[in-house]
Amino acid sequence: MDGTKAANALKEAGLAALVALLLAVPLIGFRLTEGLQGLGIETRFDWVAWGVGVVFFGRFGLALTRGSRGDLLGHLPAMPKFPTGTGRTVAGLLLLLAIAMPLLPVADRYMVEIAITVLIYVMLGWGLNIVVGLAGLLDLGYVAFYAVGAYTYALLAINFDMSFWLCLPIAGLFAALFGIILGFPVLRLRGDYLAIVTLGFGEMIRIVLLNWKEFSGGPNGISSIPRPDFFGFPFAREGEPGQTTFHQLFGLEFSPMHRIIFLYYLILVLALLTNWFTLRMRRLPVGRAWEALREDEIACRALGINPTNVKLSAFALGAMFGGFAGAFFATRQGFISPESFSFIESAVILAIVVLGGMGSQMGVVIAAAFLILVPELLRDFSQYRMVLFGMAMVLIMLWRPQGLVAHRAPSARLEAGA
Amino acid sequence: MTAARPLLSVQDVKANYGPVEALRGVSLDVFPGEIVALIGANGAGKSTLLMTICGDPRASAGRVVYDGAEITNTPLHEMVRLGIAQSPEGRRIFPRMSVLENLQMGAFAGDPANFGGDLDRVFRLFPRLAERRDQRAGTMSGGEQQMLAIGRALMSRPRLLLLDEPSLGLAPLLVAQIFATIKEINRSEGVTVLLVEQNAYHALRLAHRGYVLVNGSIRMSGAGSDLLANPDVQKAYLAGGHH
Repeated sequence: MDGTKAANALKEAGLAALVALLLAVPLIGFRLTEGLQGLGIETRFDWVAWGVGVVFFGRFGLALTRGSRGDLLGHLPAMPKFPTGTGRTVAGLLLLLAIAMPLLPVADRYMVEIAITVLIYVMLGWGLNIVVGLAGLLDLGYVAFYAVGAYTYALLAINFDMSFWLCLPIAGLFAALFGIILGFPVLRLRGDYLAIVTLGFGEMIRIVLLNWKEFSGGPNGISSIPRPDFFGFPFAREGEPGQTTFHQLFGLEFSPMHRIIFLYYLILVLALLTNWFTLRMRRLPVGRAWEALREDEIACRALGINPTNVKLSAFALGAMFGGFAGAFFATRQGFISPESFSFIESAVILAIVVLGGMGSQMGVVIAAAFLILVPELLRDFSQYRMVLFGMAMVLIMLWRPQGLVAHRAPSARLEAGA
Repeated sequence: MTAARPLLSVQDVKANYGPVEALRGVSLDVFPGEIVALIGANGAGKSTLLMTICGDPRASAGRVVYDGAEITNTPLHEMVRLGIAQSPEGRRIFPRMSVLENLQMGAFAGDPANFGGDLDRVFRLFPRLAERRDQRAGTMSGGEQQMLAIGRALMSRPRLLLLDEPSLGLAPLLVAQIFATIKEINRSEGVTVLLVEQNAYHALRLAHRGYVLVNGSIRMSGAGSDLLANPDVQKAYLAGGHH
């Protein structure tokens, strides 16, 4: 019995070492050096040998002590069970914290800026959650709608001098329109095909923005996008003649923090609006149909649900919130270029939804905070940052393959006696 | 009864799965107020016929007429509004949703004003569902899931109920209970039922009339009790002692 176990462990370790070798030779084995004679290649096969050795003996030891991979998972601590109602309490506390955060004495400019970034991703996660989490449509090109929103605001504000508040709904509607234009022909497709088409659509939008220089500025992007004002009162040290600025209005000392705090509350309100809207929709027949469609399309059709219309509504609404977030992004940055809307953004937003637990609103918040904050906190580890981040992701997926918050609260309950 | 116009009339319907001919010209009638059972061996085309009535797969020839109007090419999602509800093969409940949410989905196409009354009606027929209304449907037993599938179909106030293998995978006691409820739905609610079943004994005892499907065509038809007494039927479908 011990013999087979050792043999199995040896086999497992050998395989792991082989993979390590294949990866390490190009990644670690060769190094570009800059010498007097120009560029040269230095080999570091001793490093490769060390790495492969560590992997081999590490894997061998692990396999011997723990037996199999299943056992390894069994040793991870289980998710604690929370009593019912905890979610509500935690959500309430988090909301209070979110409202109070910028006013706390510890909140400096850096913290508030990071918090704004987290909230943008929370909002994008909530928007995509409608499409992926609730309706079960795998959308790999969500960033396209983010881009449409951002460029809509930037172009309208610069060319037509329209205010942020007027542009915001237009940006949302425009993104929703793009959602419908894309959705109409492709929503008949199933899972993986839909994923490929949305992936292509996301890249198309980016490439059009990159190449249509007269329209979008091409790779140079659009700069000096107007910043939002406080309902007509600008955040500036000196207003134009006859104009009252924000700090004059409230009799405050001018501080550049005012605008940042305003942006923070703006995105907080936008994100909460997304959440509130989604929670309302879940209680309506259309919203419930989204979830039912994810579970079983044929059963839905037998119950009189037209799948194309229901999917289209999810797609358009998800796109709309992406558009809102895009408009906010443009006004916050003051500068946008196609670089901000690459596939990796779609991937991060999708990761937030999946990591959060597909359809869970609270899960999106936790996952967005994790995915944005952890790389920030790991800045001190400079070049190991992404390795640690990757390890954390792998651990979470081992620990909670169904996502951080997998529990689904029913959208309807009968009152007692009803 | 035969003088009345049939509620559902399948007229010489053919259907193919690729090159395979699954239905070779099937005709059957279901009259208002009837329970009609369609029995046959595995692979005879029973479920295919039910699905063809619903338009998927499309009939390659023949017509399906419901209440005097042709529905051969009507999309599945418009059937409910005509008064046709179905409990599809394999139940197809929504496993992650609660029992109550499943029933709400059943009422999707209906008038919201009727919801409360219809819910009470379904809970009266299946008291078990009332007890379990907040439970996740996927965690219930097979029998309870079958009750939910039928209850969900009833939420749309159908005139015609299509049931595909309601006894599949259920313990004998539960089968008897489900069939008793189907009878109740037919008698006190006046819902016409077309039932596809492998459990020929129970199905023919319940049904007013029955059809026997063999290799994609109707081999025999008649009153349920006559078919039950027929030696050929007994030999082919009842020998296993399904009761």
